[in-house]
This record gives sequence, structure tokens and C-alpha cells, in this order.
Amino acid sequence: MSNIDLPSPPASSAARSMAASISTSVRVNDSAVTVVHDCRMTLLDLLRDELTLTGTKKGCDHGQCGACTVLIDGQRVLSCLTLAATVAGRSVQTIEGIGDPDHPHPLQAAFIEHDAFQCGFCTPGQIMSAIALLGQRRPLTKEMIKEQMSGNLCRCGAYNNIVDAILKVAQNASVPIPSR
Amino acid sequence: MLPFQYHRAEDAETALQLLQQSGAMALAGGTSLLDLMKLGVETPPHVVDIRDLPWKEITADSSTIAVGALCSNAYVADHPLVGRHFPAVSQSILSGASGQIRNMATVGGNILQRTRCPYFRSSGWACNKRDPGSGCSAAIGYHDPHAVLGVSDACIAVYPSDLAVALTAADASVVLASQTGERTLLLTDFLLRPASTPHLETRLQHGELIKAVVLPLTGAPRKGRYLKLRNRAAFDFATVSVAASLTIEGAKVVHAALALGGVGTVPWRSKQAEDQLIGRELSDDAVESFCDTLLAGAAPADASHYKLRIARGAVCRILRELEQDQ
Repeated sequence: MSNIDLPSPPASSAARSMAASISTSVRVNDSAVTVVHDCRMTLLDLLRDELTLTGTKKGCDHGQCGACTVLIDGQRVLSCLTLAATVAGRSVQTIEGIGDPDHPHPLQAAFIEHDAFQCGFCTPGQIMSAIALLGQRRPLTKEMIKEQMSGNLCRCGAYNNIVDAILKVAQNASVPIPSR
Repeated sequence: MLPFQYHRAEDAETALQLLQQSGAMALAGGTSLLDLMKLGVETPPHVVDIRDLPWKEITADSSTIAVGALCSNAYVADHPLVGRHFPAVSQSILSGASGQIRNMATVGGNILQRTRCPYFRSSGWACNKRDPGSGCSAAIGYHDPHAVLGVSDACIAVYPSDLAVALTAADASVVLASQTGERTLLLTDFLLRPASTPHLETRLQHGELIKAVVLPLTGAPRKGRYLKLRNRAAFDFATVSVAASLTIEGAKVVHAALALGGVGTVPWRSKQAEDQLIGRELSDDAVESFCDTLLAGAAPADASHYKLRIARGAVCRILRELEQDQ
């Protein structure tokens, strides 16, 4: 039912005068940052607009596509449904924190090797989600990976190759997991 | 999203005090509330972040398991006590949402989540639940996904939680905390059918929080399952779901508890139907008459009539599977 699109008449224009702001201190990719921001700001917008960490993508902005997946204290979450203020004192890991072109994360290397993306928009979310999945240190089958990765949509339909890439890394026990 | 004031409560006393403010709402996992705030459906002037409260433990005594309201869904699903005594509860969680959302969403928030009715979620459409007295767009519009049991002229929206269906079949209660103390209600009494007031979905009072969910233990764990039927194999809401536990001794049913999801305005259970099964063999006739009683009073539209057939099939399948499990 969540996927039904209905035409949306204009919402009430009643506005509240107060636009409260707040200061949030958080660790992002192992660096301490403090940002003063509107209370309404999501973690996703804080990462992209305030910290210029644009690897994390805004897809649906309603928790349905998984493009905004990041790790908070080692757990995969949706940054679009996380108020920035609520991560004060916590540790956030984004795609920028796990590898670079010279030293790709094993999952990044496996995605390239297995041709696990076309446009690449969903890939940061796919990889962050898969990192947390592998961090659970449980045996994984193809079917389990499909179910566990169902929160990350790929409009290009690279699913089979994504599953293959994750399975390849899952079979290699030495994957580095971000610190909590 | 309309501006609001954000408050982070460090303990329950502070949270309950902050929630006294007019229109204040509690924020836990945020997966439901923040979504609805972006849609303009929820517009709280005060948001009270309750995630620092200590209600994150699962504890057991000789007669109950108590699950803190702020336990994440993922934590509950994975907990050995829950898996051992209430496998349907664990399965219901794992059948819903995504890994990310299960990490974020809490038990209390799961029970309090609002319907996925698209008319409720699109501000501007008439919806008695969102805007009392405005009418029900669903009654004259797109019918297929809506409820067929517990409906009223004012509202036919499906109650969306999988977890609450399994909790209903497990005779769960909710512990509610407020500044004046605590009270405990059976989940089936806590959740309200729409009747003429669909905007009132639970008995939760303003300024009150769900503190815990309590599950009564039954000696040896019962055989239980959760079956969820939906449009795609993962990350979707139920078309029909069934949570059930069954005990058969000497070919006769000695215990049966079954709740349906996806078909009702609340999780749907009939003690009368269950009593009919007790002392009988689980024959095809017994299962059919169980379904007749359970689904009595259904009021489907032409486009949602299919749900009743699916519900019968799902009930039959889960009872047969539980029979095999004995």
C-alpha cells in the first residue's frame, strides 16, 4: 500500500513562526564535528548539505529505498528518517569513511568486480547496508542476502550482481568492520 | 515539515513531564513519526526524544517475559527468550520492514504506528482518521487494500503492525506510564476499532507512554508460527497475515490462539472461534467452522472480498503446519 501514488492536493500553508535551531556534536567517519542546524534537519541533510558528504544519497526521503543508509554506532539505519539532533554523542559512518579509490573497501572492490551497479545511485546505500550485514558475522546464503538487502532498492536492476558481490565478500572472513 | 521544538529527555520522569506540553509527541525510532511529519500528517509543536530512557531490556520471571518499549525490533526478534517461547513474535518482526528499519523501530512505536491507508497519508484527501468529520475517501475510492473486519462507515483503514498481530495471539499486555503512575491493559483492549471516532486508535492518554509489553508464559513453550502473505516476498505490508499457537494432545486440540493481520482495523482474534476448536480433532470441518466464526461479521467491498478467501487459506495452512510441528 505504501507504494500507491495519489495526487497530493496542496497542504495547509499554516506556518509556525518558531524555527528552533540546535547544536549537535557527533563523530562522523571518526572526526568530531559540531553543527548548528534547524531542528527539522535530518541526518541525511546534515551529511549532504552541512558536511558536504554527498556520497550518501537522497532517494525517496521516506524510508522505502535505502539509498540513505549509514551506520550509527555500527548499526545500519536510514539517515532520512533520523533527525540530526538525535545523533548527538553518537558515531556515524558513511561511504566516505570506508574506502577511497586507492584503497577500496573489499565490498567496493567486489561491486566493481561483479559489475554490481549501473548508474551507481543506490550503491553507497547498498554497500553500507551490506557492511552491517556482514558485520553480524553469520553464515549467509544467497536467499538470506536477498531478504536482508530488501531494504535497498536498485532501479537499474543490478540485484543479481549485488548479491553475488556480497556473497563473494561474505565467503572471505577478513572483512574489516567499522569500529563502533 | 512545520517547525517544532526538540527536547531530549534523559529519564522517564523528565520525558513524562515534557510530554505534558500541548500537542507534544514522543520520538523513539522515528521511522513512523518522522515520515508522517514530512507528509504533513503529524504536526507536533514539541518532539520529545525518549531514546535515552532505560526501557531497553528483556526480562523474565516465572510467569512473564517483559519487553521494554524501547527495545529495537531487531533486538527483540533476535532474543533467545522471545524465539524460544514466542516464535511467532520473532517471525512477525522478521517478516516486516527492512533490516535498517528493524534496527531503528521500537516495540512501543511499532504498536502505535499509523495506518498505511494512502488517503490517510496524503493530506488534502478527506480522512476521518486524520481530520475528524471530513469523510472517508477510501470508502468511495480505491478499495483493494482496505480492511474487511472491524470497519465502520467512518473508516476502513487496516491496522498495519505485524508484531501486534503476534502479540495479540500471545495474550500480550501493555504497561503504560504517566506522571500519576502505571497501568496495564491487554493489547486487545488497548487498540481501538474505529467506530465513529477513527482518530482515536488506542487508549493511550496524552502525556502517557508505553513502557513495556508483557507476555504471559505458559509452562512448556507452545508451537507457534507467523505466516505473512503479501505482494512481494520482502519489505511489504501484509495482504493477510496469521499468528497462531496450537497444542494438540491425543489427537485433540487443547490450546489454540490465532490472530489475523492485514484484514482488520485491529488485529483480529475470536475467543469464541478458538473455544470451538478445543476438545476436537483438527478436521477440515473443524477448521472451516473455525474460519466461519472468526470471519463472521466481515464487511468486504467488492474489491476487497479476495482478502476473506486468502484469510481462510492462510488459517488453514498455518493450522496444518502447526499440526505437523506437534
